[in-house]
Amino acid sequence: MASSGIRDQVAIIGMGCTRFGELWDKGVDDLLTEAATEAAASASMSIHDIDAFWLGTMTSGVCGVTLSKPLKLDYKPVTRVENYCATGSEAFRNACYAVASGAYDIAMAVGVEKLKDTGYSGLTGIRAVGDGTDPGLSSPAAFSFLAPSYAHKYGVDKDQLKEVMSRIAYKNHQNGARNPRAQFQKEVPMETIARAPLVAGDLGVFDCSGVSDGSAAAVIVRADDAPRYCANPLYVKALSFVAGPAAGPIDPAYDYTTFEEVVRTAEDAYAQAGITDPRSQLAMAEVHDCFTPTELVLMEDLGFAERGTAWKEVLEGTFDRDGDLPVNPDGGLKSFGHPIGASGLRMLFECWLQLRGEAPPERQINTVGPGRTLGLTHNLGGAPGEGVSFVGIVGTERD
Amino acid sequence: MSGGIAAWGAYLPYWRLQRSAIGAVLGSGGGRGTRAVASYDEDTTTLGVEAGRRALAAGPGAGAVQDLVLSTPDPAYLDKTSATTVHAALGLGRACGAYDFAGSSRSAIGSLLQALALSGPGVPPGPDVPAGSGTRGAAAGRTTLAVVSDLRTGLAGSAEERDSGDGAAAFLCAPEGGVAQLVGRGAASDEFLDRWRVPGETDSHVWEERFGEELYVPLAREAFAAALKDAGISEGDVDHAVVTGLHARAVKAVTKGLGVSEGVLAPDLSGMVGNLGAAHAGVALCDVLERAEPDQVIAVLSLADGADAFVLRTDEALVAAHRARAEAGIPSVADQIAAGRDDLSYAGFLTWRGQMHREPPRRPDPERPGAPTVHRSEAWKYAFAASRCTACGFRHMPPTRACLNCRAIDHMQAERLADVPGTVATFTIDHLAFSLSPPVIGVIIDFDGGGRFRCEMTDARPDELSIGDRVSMTFRRVWTAQGVHNYFWKARPLAGAGATGHGSENET
Repeated sequence: MASSGIRDQVAIIGMGCTRFGELWDKGVDDLLTEAATEAAASASMSIHDIDAFWLGTMTSGVCGVTLSKPLKLDYKPVTRVENYCATGSEAFRNACYAVASGAYDIAMAVGVEKLKDTGYSGLTGIRAVGDGTDPGLSSPAAFSFLAPSYAHKYGVDKDQLKEVMSRIAYKNHQNGARNPRAQFQKEVPMETIARAPLVAGDLGVFDCSGVSDGSAAAVIVRADDAPRYCANPLYVKALSFVAGPAAGPIDPAYDYTTFEEVVRTAEDAYAQAGITDPRSQLAMAEVHDCFTPTELVLMEDLGFAERGTAWKEVLEGTFDRDGDLPVNPDGGLKSFGHPIGASGLRMLFECWLQLRGEAPPERQINTVGPGRTLGLTHNLGGAPGEGVSFVGIVGTERD
Repeated sequence: MSGGIAAWGAYLPYWRLQRSAIGAVLGSGGGRGTRAVASYDEDTTTLGVEAGRRALAAGPGAGAVQDLVLSTPDPAYLDKTSATTVHAALGLGRACGAYDFAGSSRSAIGSLLQALALSGPGVPPGPDVPAGSGTRGAAAGRTTLAVVSDLRTGLAGSAEERDSGDGAAAFLCAPEGGVAQLVGRGAASDEFLDRWRVPGETDSHVWEERFGEELYVPLAREAFAAALKDAGISEGDVDHAVVTGLHARAVKAVTKGLGVSEGVLAPDLSGMVGNLGAAHAGVALCDVLERAEPDQVIAVLSLADGADAFVLRTDEALVAAHRARAEAGIPSVADQIAAGRDDLSYAGFLTWRGQMHREPPRRPDPERPGAPTVHRSEAWKYAFAASRCTACGFRHMPPTRACLNCRAIDHMQAERLADVPGTVATFTIDHLAFSLSPPVIGVIIDFDGGGRFRCEMTDARPDELSIGDRVSMTFRRVWTAQGVHNYFWKARPLAGAGATGHGSENET
């Protein structure tokens, strides 16, 4: 892919993240105010010191006034962006580019989603007036195609694959139980996960991420300026984003065991960051575990496991908090739910805590150390074979 | 070559309700046998489309149709024409007319008679055109597809509910290439109150049945006699007789005194599929045409606010028609009766018919599709026309302008795939998506000859589906939102090919 990246040109100097959950007592304005002010305070500045804003939200507001009005911003540029489940990461990516270009000195990326006011189960999309020919399958159904396809391709017994899926949910809930910002802060036994009522295909309730409200924000400056604000900034190593041609649903060759969009963004991001062996070079990864089979497939698409082996690695604990490569140490979408605009920045927030040694001891990972200072965040939007993908890499050291 | 019925097709929905299931729930009523039940995603328009597809699958085909008439007492819309929906789904030409004969049951037989009259030797000449000379202009015979369709419900526990059935039939009537010619007809009309329904009501009212019987019997005898006289034959010349009507008691009385030879009466299908109302005479006639031989006389007598009778004579072309239908795999009425699936629960039936309000999923209601959006995608949504890249051959569903495979832009050719079967690549069961009959079955289909498509599966049970199952497409009413019906195609098990064993021997 022809992308040069902006490795080490910009840095994160402050972050904020609200509690995620069914926040009946908080509106979009409250969530934005809390995340944005926390991020500014974390960067030792006022919200009014920031030059430009990128706001990510899919359904909780349109145009920049969604942010400028509650914060009473003083005629500052606010760009509202949307890119499905990668919306929060997209706000971050564009804010980084704005700073790297020199157009602004200080930018904020803030993501928010208020899903629990709709009264519906699951996500509700926004779409143009249709012709009524879309099959109208739910998101769990669209992703449920992955499980039997993976099992079939790699000869995994159906029951064994269910155990793998349950193990992923179990691991993420283990992590979420140690995170005061998570929607679900309880460990869930394997049997409870495995026996939960089915939502779609082989996916039970616990194979699906929750529905929640939340917001997160990051303050970005040029890397050269970062030490002026922050003793231990996070340097942006790679930002990769693609929208695929939506080949999956129409291509007979697509077998529902991979996300080509993810493969492409991973390759691009690793090239930007100079990573050759992600599994050993990354200290952690926050990936888009919207459904448990998604996380399984991502382990292979992101190069953390060889094709056809991730299911074994999951069972062996490779991606546990104390494993070779901790994945979703904050609890993931599984524990946080998925307020679309906020998720990407929430993932980044965990990198902010973990890589800088600020995570609470009960969930601090032990992979961070000399020569292993990088964290990856990933979002996938849409459905298998038909969507967008983001991969970002940040690290505590500037090369 | 001579005019008349050139092709025909009947459609009976897949589902049957055992009448005993009614009594088991309500504590009384029910009875023996089964009735045909349109699925939750079928209406008189979609039933008509399926019958029409079968009438066009062999014989002159869609390209020959000059007019389409759709007749039903239960139209999907008022004001808006439903025949245009059928027209679009059948992929008929833009110059083909499309008309509804909606309202009373009698309209159905009337529409078929009009189509026959316009097609055959009985073409009514214009004022200055001698009979038989017209091959051009307004007086020329018109190749007309007559579609009759009915979906009949009744209140829970009623005789109407128990004795009715859903179905459709279609007849392609052409000035040339006919296999059965109209040789006589007769009618008798009278104004009386036997069965009625005020617009907006869903259920019919009927007067005391002995009153109707007394009026119907002489009307039927008069119409039948007039038709035989018109054809220049007597009762003894009739090889197949079809007598239908919603007034069962009158039909029975008329049948007894008809005077035709033994074994001539066509079997009454209502024990197995119910009384199909406006579609019954048509479906019964299809059944007769599927069994008839050349040079036989078929008499049809229909009782509906008066009586109508007509006489057809088959010719040698019937043999070729039978062969062509077999080659095209068109299921006969008998095939479809045999293929019916009778494990539908009474609760399911009531839900499908809107008589039981069930808890919906906690999801947004579907939104009505936009009229301009729908119109732009007419060839896809209704005719199920994909696009094939002329540069590399890759097939796209839905049709696109840019090729996924070779990236060529605007090198596409439309391809109708409504009659092309496919294979299930994978599938899922969606417990969350909106449906009148949850759970929704989502399937990924690879079509024969290329093309992958993701859609809903119907006429199937979730636990009976497997990867590799063969499917065909069927035109359905996906949902109705804000008074707008959303029609599109779904997959269904390819009859005779699936693992379920419930299909008929062969099907398009």
